Amino acid sequence: MTSRRRRPNRWRNERQIRAGTVLLAAVLAIALPGPWLAPHDPNALIGAPYGPPGAGAWLGYDYLGRDIWSRLLAGGLSIFWMSIAASILALAAGAAIGMLSAYRKGAVDQGVVWSTDVLFAFPDLILVLLVVSMLGRAPWLIVLLVAIAFLPGVIRLSRGVTLGIVEQEYVDSARMMGFSSAHILLREVLPNMITPLLVQFGVMLTWAIGMLSGLSFLGYGVAPPAADWGLMINENRAGLLVQPWAVLAPVAMIALFALGTNLIAEGIGRINARIEEEA
Amino acid sequence: MATQAGAPPSVGIVDRWQAARLPLPGWFPWLAGRLLAGFGTVLAVSAIVYLATLALPSDPARVILGPEATDKAVAILREQLGLNRPIAVQYVDWLRHVAVGDFGNSLDSNVPAFGLVIERLGNSIALMIFVLLVTAPAAFLLGVAMAVKRDSRFDRTAMTLLIGFKAVPPFAIAVALILLFSTAVSILDPSLSPFAQPLYLVLPATTLLLLVLPFLTRLIRASLTETLEADYIAAARLRGLPERRIVWRHAVPNALPPVIQGFAMATRMVLGGALIVEVVFSYPGIGSALNAAIETRDIPVVQAIALLTAIAVVFINLVADFATVLLTPRLRTTTRPRLRSGTGARLRLRAGGA
Repeated sequence: MTSRRRRPNRWRNERQIRAGTVLLAAVLAIALPGPWLAPHDPNALIGAPYGPPGAGAWLGYDYLGRDIWSRLLAGGLSIFWMSIAASILALAAGAAIGMLSAYRKGAVDQGVVWSTDVLFAFPDLILVLLVVSMLGRAPWLIVLLVAIAFLPGVIRLSRGVTLGIVEQEYVDSARMMGFSSAHILLREVLPNMITPLLVQFGVMLTWAIGMLSGLSFLGYGVAPPAADWGLMINENRAGLLVQPWAVLAPVAMIALFALGTNLIAEGIGRINARIEEEA
Repeated sequence: MATQAGAPPSVGIVDRWQAARLPLPGWFPWLAGRLLAGFGTVLAVSAIVYLATLALPSDPARVILGPEATDKAVAILREQLGLNRPIAVQYVDWLRHVAVGDFGNSLDSNVPAFGLVIERLGNSIALMIFVLLVTAPAAFLLGVAMAVKRDSRFDRTAMTLLIGFKAVPPFAIAVALILLFSTAVSILDPSLSPFAQPLYLVLPATTLLLLVLPFLTRLIRASLTETLEADYIAAARLRGLPERRIVWRHAVPNALPPVIQGFAMATRMVLGGALIVEVVFSYPGIGSALNAAIETRDIPVVQAIALLTAIAVVFINLVADFATVLLTPRLRTTTRPRLRSGTGARLRLRAGGA
């Protein structure tokens, strides 16, 4: 009975991951080699503002007369590396803090929980916007701030998982065998939360794509005249009715990118939930 | 757990209260503690906001006097504004004023920043309440329907759509909506109040709805799915109760408490999402006000908005925690409710949310 009900589920999950991978691969095939494939310099003024698509530029020209296709090709790299960097940073720092905090317990743990509450009080973009607008828009600063905004979520996750694991008998036995705390955390606790962390990584990647492109869109991300998808949406918004694809192309790229990472995260998450159910 | 219940009760504040026969419920100390922690959080938030805005590359005195002012005049104004005192002293002084709603005058328009923000806050809150009033019942019905018919074609189609809307950033949806309804948008008169022109409210509301609906719906679906697998539901089925009654009278009430926490999360998401959505649709709320204030380096307004939104988030979380405790008998009767490690977090994970 149970096995019969689960079979379509598993098939769907694999399809979910496969669809996500295809989407992600398609977006990355444009974003990664894009800057080198661009037929024109993405910053060169080579056509009439809002010029229609033609032989030289099959997506037309943007509000300054730059080739939209070239800017689209060149504009994905920044959001790609920044979203990955921010997610990895948040994942590494958050997992370490959460694990240590749950393992230590006591005042340290209370302090960490309270700190996550403080960070959590700022709705997503506000903290990032606050500091970026004040300190400038250096890419590393944006990455750092997005990572800080994600930190409470990862800390709560890894802390919760660790709290459950340190009560297990195998952790007790490792302790009694005289293994160091570092050994217990890295060899006994960490392997148990690889999958939840992986899911969280995918979810964060999706958020990071939204936040980073949103920041560029508001004008606090990558500085113009750089080619960047979020920035392109903002730049060409005034001509939305004249030349909708100048806006729609980057919107579609961001949406497909986020959708791809999210589908993969969803798929892994469901498989993980099922493994836990079966265990 | 069993040993804890059997152990002799320790003499704590609670027991002394009960001994004094004060009519206080068992969770009261917990609530007092949460209120205190919430207050501490707000204090820390205020310090972060103050420090972050201090780091402004421009000098407030310079902003007020303009680029033509002499260095001497700027120095005198710095002295008058108290900008030469130690940061800690300035912060305490600022906090004392903020506590009574005095954030100082807006550097841009020279009217009290607090009044300015409160005016915009009203618009934002109206938008958010509208969004949540539409989203909550929609998410509830959809979530229940999906859980009841889980793994059916309906469930799978709805799930795919929800995953799609969840992944796409709100401003991308907003731009697409503008394009779809561009003729309608051009009819709108920005000089009129948004409430005089319902369409002005509909597009930003739709965008925010698409932002939170997937999250809430999936939370409800996950919570109800888990409840429907409980033994007492199987027992009710075996007793031959009609399925409708099982779902609505047995499962749904028990599936709801974890969702309350999700509702608080949704409110926070709407608050954060409103920032970009308001800018896209030039909706006169705190989001567009914050954007404008940051552009003009209007520190008092930025401080007021950042602090007020953070206080709102802390407050909403407190209310959600309190509501969860009141609605869950198991938590209501204990003296130390533990919320964090409960089902809420696990369901959130299963639902793929934050």
